Amino acid sequence: MSTSGERHAADHAPSHPAESASPTSAVEVREGLRAAGYLPAAETALVCHLALALGKPILVEGPAGVGKTELANALARMTARELIRLQCYEGLDEAKALYEWNYRKQLLRIQAEREPGWREVEGDIFTEEYLLARPLLRAIASEQPVVLLIDEIDKTDQEFEAMLLELLSDFQISIPELGRVAARTTPLVLLTSNNSRELTEALKRRCLYLWLDYPSPEHELAIIRMHTPDLDEQIARRLVEIVALVRTLDVKKPPSIAESIDWARTLLLLGASAIDRDVLTSTLSVIVKHRADLAVVGERLGLSGARPGDDDGRQAA
Amino acid sequence: MTMDAKRPESPAAASLPTELLALARELRAEGVALGTAELLDAFAALQQISWEQEADFRSALGATLAKSQEDRHTFDLVYERFMLRRTALAASRDRAADARADAEEGSGAPDGRSRTVLEQLFGSEELSEGELQALRAALVQILSSAGQGPHATESQLRDLARYTVLALGAGAGSGVLGVDLQRIRRTLDLRSEDRPSLPTDDPRRHGVPRAALRRFEALLRRELEAAQIERTGALPPARALRELSRALPSSPLRDLASVQRTIAQLRRALATHSHEARGARTRAHVDIRRTMRASLQSGGVPIVLKERPQRPRRPEIYVVCDVSTSVTSASVFFLSVLHALHDAFRRIRSFLFIERVSEVTDIFEAERDFRALSERLTKHAGVADISGYTDYGRVWSQLRTMIEDDLDRRCTLIILGDARSNGRDPGSADFARLAAHAGRTFWLNPEPRLYWNYGDSVMASYEPYCIPFECWTAAQLEQVVRALARPDSALAS
Repeated sequence: MSTSGERHAADHAPSHPAESASPTSAVEVREGLRAAGYLPAAETALVCHLALALGKPILVEGPAGVGKTELANALARMTARELIRLQCYEGLDEAKALYEWNYRKQLLRIQAEREPGWREVEGDIFTEEYLLARPLLRAIASEQPVVLLIDEIDKTDQEFEAMLLELLSDFQISIPELGRVAARTTPLVLLTSNNSRELTEALKRRCLYLWLDYPSPEHELAIIRMHTPDLDEQIARRLVEIVALVRTLDVKKPPSIAESIDWARTLLLLGASAIDRDVLTSTLSVIVKHRADLAVVGERLGLSGARPGDDDGRQAA
Repeated sequence: MTMDAKRPESPAAASLPTELLALARELRAEGVALGTAELLDAFAALQQISWEQEADFRSALGATLAKSQEDRHTFDLVYERFMLRRTALAASRDRAADARADAEEGSGAPDGRSRTVLEQLFGSEELSEGELQALRAALVQILSSAGQGPHATESQLRDLARYTVLALGAGAGSGVLGVDLQRIRRTLDLRSEDRPSLPTDDPRRHGVPRAALRRFEALLRRELEAAQIERTGALPPARALRELSRALPSSPLRDLASVQRTIAQLRRALATHSHEARGARTRAHVDIRRTMRASLQSGGVPIVLKERPQRPRRPEIYVVCDVSTSVTSASVFFLSVLHALHDAFRRIRSFLFIERVSEVTDIFEAERDFRALSERLTKHAGVADISGYTDYGRVWSQLRTMIEDDLDRRCTLIILGDARSNGRDPGSADFARLAAHAGRTFWLNPEPRLYWNYGDSVMASYEPYCIPFECWTAAQLEQVVRALARPDSALAS
């Protein structure tokens, strides 16, 4: 681990992310993500490319379930980097996110040797050996460049955001006893937010911004086809239409992409030959998870369907 | 935008910084917070992409300059307008230099036949029926085939739109864009559906692809706009954006950012207040971790006990907001304040009232977009019965049954309202009970202090129980927060 930045800055200048493997254009990123099992929109690929090329973090916002976290996974697969994930929650603090001293071990060290003077011991126990690296420190101290995912940053307090600033702009962490820990390699940082509160300007300023929305029907169809290639095209098309329709309704939790994939898998498993009323009634709970939502969706689908006997469907749904 | 990124010394690229700065100025004028850091990022990003795709160019700028969904929306509008104005200006300069040559060159004209037809048409003021037929035929032919070629069609369509405007719209422009567009649309009479009633030789008998038609009309609009710029020699007013697509009643206060900043100050003020109010601490928890760490100095023997720091408890806030017609002008401000409060505090409950009280905490927590928020509030809050006039007496008694048991000394109660009771019972006894339960009670009144207690304002009956403020702008809100932060303001509670 690189400790005092001054000493290591010379011989361990942060190298650019895996120069050999790193894609050099948005098209290559797009192909790479596709190969990693993620179909990016044009803008997503472009922003990822910029993040890799400029070494800047990406702030990804969008409704729940549009693949923000999955994007980080796919980027890690594409660049063959380790994914380090920091799940944020209210009350997350430095000791959980950055580093902590291993007090027990330090104590043992002191008690094991009572003889040497305090100065030596002090020099001893505040070394990396006694440091417990938490995700953020691990991400920048890693020998190999990594993908760092800071998930749901909007769940933390604004104070925590302020703490992230040093890491995001300079890729370094200050530990009072050790000095500056500078990154050996530039990690690719993704911050996701469900937009439940406004993030600070200072944080946004350091990031590239990417808004992920629900995909267009064609795009979602392509995603479904990629994950369930065996599903009949007509069914997949109908499925995407229904999911898009449900998302326009006033439901508590609109179906995510993961849920439409789940639904496609369910239909495949059931061997359904078409999405008719019975299939819909029995599998709707895969994409709609609230009781109140089920009623809303059931009514809308019942009304819009042109088949006779829709009244039954409405009641059943 | 088909310049090669690798040649920064070419004249067009050399003027790029000034152009980008001009774009940044327009964005700032629309309220996008843009710093030098963002601009530097934008330049760095442009180095990394090829400029052959306009979509990439725009995305790269968007990702670096606009840092929220709302900003991105603004960015897209401003970018569109900016590019249109730039290209229109450049084109009108070119055309003024040599209009004739420009028309004959017509780079990449659709195809031989339509080109001759259109050139023939160009310049004649009135079209004969036969000429119109020929134009229609050419249009239908190109629009129908537009879906087949991949990318070339966009520039084809653009040329076509330009010729159409020259042939049909240039001479007799009404000056109003929508009217001109309507006129051209009616003259051409192109539709997407089949029309068997027309004679077999009419080109419109078989419908035109809907997508191509829509794109063509969008291009027509752009061309008309460009023609208008050329004719009047002036650009359309740059202010239009805010007035048109960001009309005030649905958008947050312009200085929403400053409201948010002020609320952040309020948050700190309230946090420290509750800390002081609790006085000397009587109990403390031992912090094992810190004690152990301190004991290292004494060889592992815990001599000094470290206590867990007493974090100030999070303040609980109850906001009660009047949304009746008498405060309409202030309600956008009130809602902005509520919006910002929800960003800053976790433990907040909000209520709206007119004749009845309705809790809207959930709506604020579920909805981030201000416009959608005000829509949902008006749809779901359900606070008016019949008259639409505020009934304070009823509101307080309702509020007592709703929250009296939840209130305690840590709570702060904030009322946003004008205290105009429309002659009804002010219910000050109920209000006094509420205020007595809460730790502090503030009343933000949007009316100037001078008007208080005139007419049906009953502010005087509430003043003994709360700290009243006159507040309807961000600047005044800041004063309120500053007043709150002063320690002696706590005395009144």
